[in-house]
Amino acid sequence: MRNKTILALGLLSTMLMAQGALATDLSIVHGAVGRDHDVLRAALDRYEAESGNKVTIVSMPERTTDQFAQFKLWLSARNADIDVYRLDVIWAPQIADHFVDLTDATKDIIDDFSPMALQSQKVDGKLVALPMFLGGPALYYRADLLEKYGKPVPKTWEELTATAKDVMDEERAAGHTDMWGYVFQGAAYEGLTCNAMEWIASSGGGQVVEPDGTISVNNEAAAKALDLAATWIGGISPEGVLNYAEEDARGIFQSGNAVFMRNWNYAYALVKGDDSPIKDGVAVTVLPSDGTHSPASILGGSHLGVSKYSKHPEEAIDLVRFLNNYESQKARAIDSSRPPTLMPVYDDKEVAEKVEFIPLWKPVIENAIIRPSAPTKTSYNEASSEIWTAAHDVLEGKTTGTKAVAKLAARLKRLKGSGWK
Amino acid sequence: MTSGSGARQTGLIRQRTRSAWMFVAPMLVVLAIVALYPLAETIWYGFTDASLNSIDSARFVGLQNYLEWLDYGDGDGEWLGLLADERWWQAVWNTLRFAFISVSLETLFGMIIALVLNKQFAGRSFVRAAVLVPWAIPTVVSAKLWVWMLHDQFGIINDLMLTLGLISKPIAWTASPDTAMTAILIVDIWKTTPFMALLILAGLQMIPRDIYEAARLDQIGPIKLFRKVTLPLVMPAVLVAIVFRALDALRVFDVVYIMTPNSDETRSMSVFARENLFDYDNFAYGSAASTLLFLIIALITISFIYGTKMDLSGDKS
Repeated sequence: MRNKTILALGLLSTMLMAQGALATDLSIVHGAVGRDHDVLRAALDRYEAESGNKVTIVSMPERTTDQFAQFKLWLSARNADIDVYRLDVIWAPQIADHFVDLTDATKDIIDDFSPMALQSQKVDGKLVALPMFLGGPALYYRADLLEKYGKPVPKTWEELTATAKDVMDEERAAGHTDMWGYVFQGAAYEGLTCNAMEWIASSGGGQVVEPDGTISVNNEAAAKALDLAATWIGGISPEGVLNYAEEDARGIFQSGNAVFMRNWNYAYALVKGDDSPIKDGVAVTVLPSDGTHSPASILGGSHLGVSKYSKHPEEAIDLVRFLNNYESQKARAIDSSRPPTLMPVYDDKEVAEKVEFIPLWKPVIENAIIRPSAPTKTSYNEASSEIWTAAHDVLEGKTTGTKAVAKLAARLKRLKGSGWK
Repeated sequence: MTSGSGARQTGLIRQRTRSAWMFVAPMLVVLAIVALYPLAETIWYGFTDASLNSIDSARFVGLQNYLEWLDYGDGDGEWLGLLADERWWQAVWNTLRFAFISVSLETLFGMIIALVLNKQFAGRSFVRAAVLVPWAIPTVVSAKLWVWMLHDQFGIINDLMLTLGLISKPIAWTASPDTAMTAILIVDIWKTTPFMALLILAGLQMIPRDIYEAARLDQIGPIKLFRKVTLPLVMPAVLVAIVFRALDALRVFDVVYIMTPNSDETRSMSVFARENLFDYDNFAYGSAASTLLFLIIALITISFIYGTKMDLSGDKS
């Protein structure tokens, strides 16, 4: 089957070469959420006018796990059809071998990029992808309700729990029976790994697997953080939160049925949108902590890498640089509310004016922590599934925090073996 | 019969056999390419250390993916591999439970629907077409549809049950470990009962009408008629339908993957294999799981066929 694919690809590329003797045909693959596709197409149109090359967009499913499985199949077959890949922040260490090292090609511009984002894309000193846009979750809250009941914005998880309960009870007593206190992403998937890592890191429990590869999760602070989260289920959070992803949480919050929500920046444009019934009452802040440690937000985002199997690596690198230049990042920030990776864009007046939350997100990005994708290398997906399984077991009440972190540490240790590879 | 005519007949049979093989040969070739070759490759990868990143440089590692004693070096150690993997056995158990319950209920409901549709009534052809609708909808679509209908906050099912006073607070169908499997069973039974009904209906319509005429003249009651006449005669069709469904149910993937992708309570063998093949970069481990999945399905199907003395060759009829 692989031979056939190679044959087909060969034929295809011959046809492509015959067609474009002067201009180069490139293709970029990405998953579209919200307005991503339109914004990218607009940027590509500018690039085509400027360079004379043509770029085709290959669209992918929305779920990143589905995209990644497809990408891995293409890359392991040395597919030369795709020149530029849009990669999720956690993928670089797992597929680094298939990408061009961008270190030299970006030497002149690299200092303006977010250091945290760059660090997440470096594997053994190789820059696998150039950061395109960032993502960071924040605490969304109903400022109108907090004001109504005279509550301050919670700074710690304990405060959040108490405030959510009070406001929820008052609202329910006032006849709003569908009201809940806090919604987040509790389904057994990558989103729960993010939530759990935030609870643990902001409570002083470490980063589960530290940047140097040590497994640190088996500690009391981590266990306590998970136990506290377990008290939310059926209390301030509906039981269904155990199967909620981002959009489920937003559905409840945006229909006015929750006081607090943890969600990524994409939700801001929507809950503040004209058709949102709560648009006037919503505000955002950084996620809580335990009071003694700093808050933690998981770093998300997408980055552009050039395939090693590309027939036109030079042009592909040019394209990556173009899509990440100031103008493109600014357009992306304004049109699709994606936080930029070029730090100067955060201070751009026009951006602040048109998308008020971009400057608001600067502290969120600054408090970001990276998921342990770099230290765990190709085992990251499995490590992450161990993390979300442990967290889910505690939330479900199947086990306690103390037992769960001990089991998690043991399972990670087995996965690590003699060393992460 | 003289020996001469016997020889002539053998010659004729030989010629017929030859032309039969000629007609079957293209199909066998296609089967070998699309079924046997991938199967052999999967089994092979199960004995290697292949990962998607380095599939060409896969090395033979023997039974390591199935069972291996990992020596810590201090006299202690532990068993690793699929046969010692509690998640794999949980997936096997989930799948078997799912297959048994869903196929049993689908057969029961399918039988009832088929008996109704076998009677003459106005608008029968319309009803026959209508019951097929759930089966015609792609599973991905219907599973997603049901996820929303079963949603704890917005779902119509909870709303209905609350209004009717059956429950006092919404049930988180797909989230709670107690109800996740039930939710999946509901969707699968809703979806596949029409298929069973159709197969059984085809069997019912093969039964000659005059048998019922005779039974009517003998004044045999409907229940006895069903037990003594209809059931035995339709049984071969039902058994074939059960095998078809069981094969599908044991490989169940999409409905589980859409509704509860990563839940320990519902993960099927196929979901487990996919997870390792593509998500975890354990291509070899996933291949080994697929191989075991194949063996388990083959074993169950063969023992079912033997256990029920099912006639698949068509020689008896």
